[in-house]
Amino acid sequence: MMKWNLYSRGDKFFAIVVSILIGMFTVATLYPFIYIAAVSFSSGFAAQAGRVVLTPIEATWEAYGYILTDPQFWISYRNTFIYTIGGTIMSMLFIIPGAYALSRPQLKGRRFFNLFIAFTMWFNAGLIPFFLNMRDLGLLDSMFGIILAFAVNAFNIILLRNFFEAIPQSFEEAARMDGANDFQVLWKVFVPLSKPAIATITLFCIVSRWNGFFWAMVLLQSEEKIPLQVFLRHTIANLSDDDEFAIVQTAAGFSAETVTAAIIVCSIIPVLIVYPFIQKYFEKGILLGGVKE
Amino acid sequence: MADEHTTAGGPPVQEPLIETPSSEGRLTRFYDHIRREWQIYLMLLPTIIWFLVFLYKPMYGLQIAFKDYSIFRGVAGSPWVGFEHFETLFSNDQFLRAIGNTIKISALNLIFGFPAPIILALMFNEVLHASYKRTAQTIVYLPHFISSVIIAGIVITAFSPTAGIVNTVMGWFGLDPVYFLTQPQWFRPIFVGTGIWQEAGFGSIVFLAAIAGVNPSLYESAVVDGANRWQMMWKITIPSILPTILIMLIIRIGNVMEVSFELVILLYQPATYETADVVNTWIYRQGLQSGQYDLAAAGGLFNAFVAFVLVMTANTLSRRFSRTSLW
Repeated sequence: MMKWNLYSRGDKFFAIVVSILIGMFTVATLYPFIYIAAVSFSSGFAAQAGRVVLTPIEATWEAYGYILTDPQFWISYRNTFIYTIGGTIMSMLFIIPGAYALSRPQLKGRRFFNLFIAFTMWFNAGLIPFFLNMRDLGLLDSMFGIILAFAVNAFNIILLRNFFEAIPQSFEEAARMDGANDFQVLWKVFVPLSKPAIATITLFCIVSRWNGFFWAMVLLQSEEKIPLQVFLRHTIANLSDDDEFAIVQTAAGFSAETVTAAIIVCSIIPVLIVYPFIQKYFEKGILLGGVKE
Repeated sequence: MADEHTTAGGPPVQEPLIETPSSEGRLTRFYDHIRREWQIYLMLLPTIIWFLVFLYKPMYGLQIAFKDYSIFRGVAGSPWVGFEHFETLFSNDQFLRAIGNTIKISALNLIFGFPAPIILALMFNEVLHASYKRTAQTIVYLPHFISSVIIAGIVITAFSPTAGIVNTVMGWFGLDPVYFLTQPQWFRPIFVGTGIWQEAGFGSIVFLAAIAGVNPSLYESAVVDGANRWQMMWKITIPSILPTILIMLIIRIGNVMEVSFELVILLYQPATYETADVVNTWIYRQGLQSGQYDLAAAGGLFNAFVAFVLVMTANTLSRRFSRTSLW
């Protein structure tokens, strides 16, 4: 390390102290996850007595056995995949053509349309009118309603529009010479050139769909439609004050704590699997996010 | 002008006469334009309809804030009551408490949550070992991607009175167990602390990018002058990223009314409403749980109005101080 040799003693000391502080913050970030994983593999007695600190105590799979044999867990897991994949595709169907149209200089009323979309970033009607609107549209307790109603937001459209606007005209002209229409220009020129921006927006969509909770809780009543996050919430809320469960668990070797921890682990695993792949995109993406109207 | 638009989509009145500078010429030019460029209008159409149906139609529905709304009469059919709901709101202790709590939580977020990612970015900038830095960054960005339900689940488990790690550790030091989540005085520290734990790492990305943009020759000449890293951080890095800090601060101020209420709903309980209940959670209980839609919508309108004014003020300030407005 070249730079290190140039450092004075004071600078070396400074760099070491900072590295230690960073290490501490990193451990503090990671520890809750390790703790939850340890709880999930511990016995109900050990978890309830607060004996779990870093590693599983009286290691057991019982909590996972309880969760993984619950059909509702699998139903909501499947639903989360449906919402995530369906919702992301739906978003792209709106956002990509919409952003393309808004980036075209020949679009009449372009200023108006841009303002029409950007205005929703500064002002929105709020929870109640949105909910009543969903009810009036007949989209309560509807999976399609969830997928459609959260498909678009102004931020993503503007982000992609800015990216499209920055594409040099020469790329487009070549395609126009070959007689390409707008759909072909979009699909064969703009989309391939905008992969980083589209990947970023896809990432935002996937994350918000995977984690989506509030509106799913409010809008969905049927158990067979709820996503994993709502199931997780129900479980956490119910287990802790369910006396019947308290009797069953003692015999079975798990507790509300270990079951909650096990569901948390199960729902984090897919995030951990895709996380390394998406990391390079979100670092770029957040910088693309310097949104200007 | 309006006529032009309504007839433009229809069949042509006559053959295009591009040379004629009459109104009919303009009309046909517009028709030509649509015929040539119809594809981009077709592409825009679904998005416009979506915004109308899902974002603008609720704005029309916001009028129930001034009406005695009943489900059976609908938005348009319910009778007007003027500012009655707003009078109720501002004599409602719970609503006023919710406004106070929102501002207090936001203020704590600003004081403790805002500097955290800046300090973290400045520290990352001083770490020399590249793979150590990379690994640490990968880990501290992670909680941003975890859902608030899971975050709440972790908090509930960790702060549980008998089973939680926090009370276990307190036990080592001979402290009595505390049921944190039922005690109003603990809600805000736990909530704000959780926010920092979740977002400080991810928030540092913006500042790291700003630091990466600092002209390296500034550091080179500082080295020649014999400055140490600590001095360079204060004299070069921090002044250079000041515009970014300012913009992020202004965005924060613009979002004062937007406490992440999803996490509040997941963590609070009636015992802690006193310190935890924010405007959006009040609206949620009042409207979606108790069915007082009109009163709750009035609360929402007030909140949206304050937020709108704050965002606009923030942008004006940003424009004035940094010559870089947000839009």
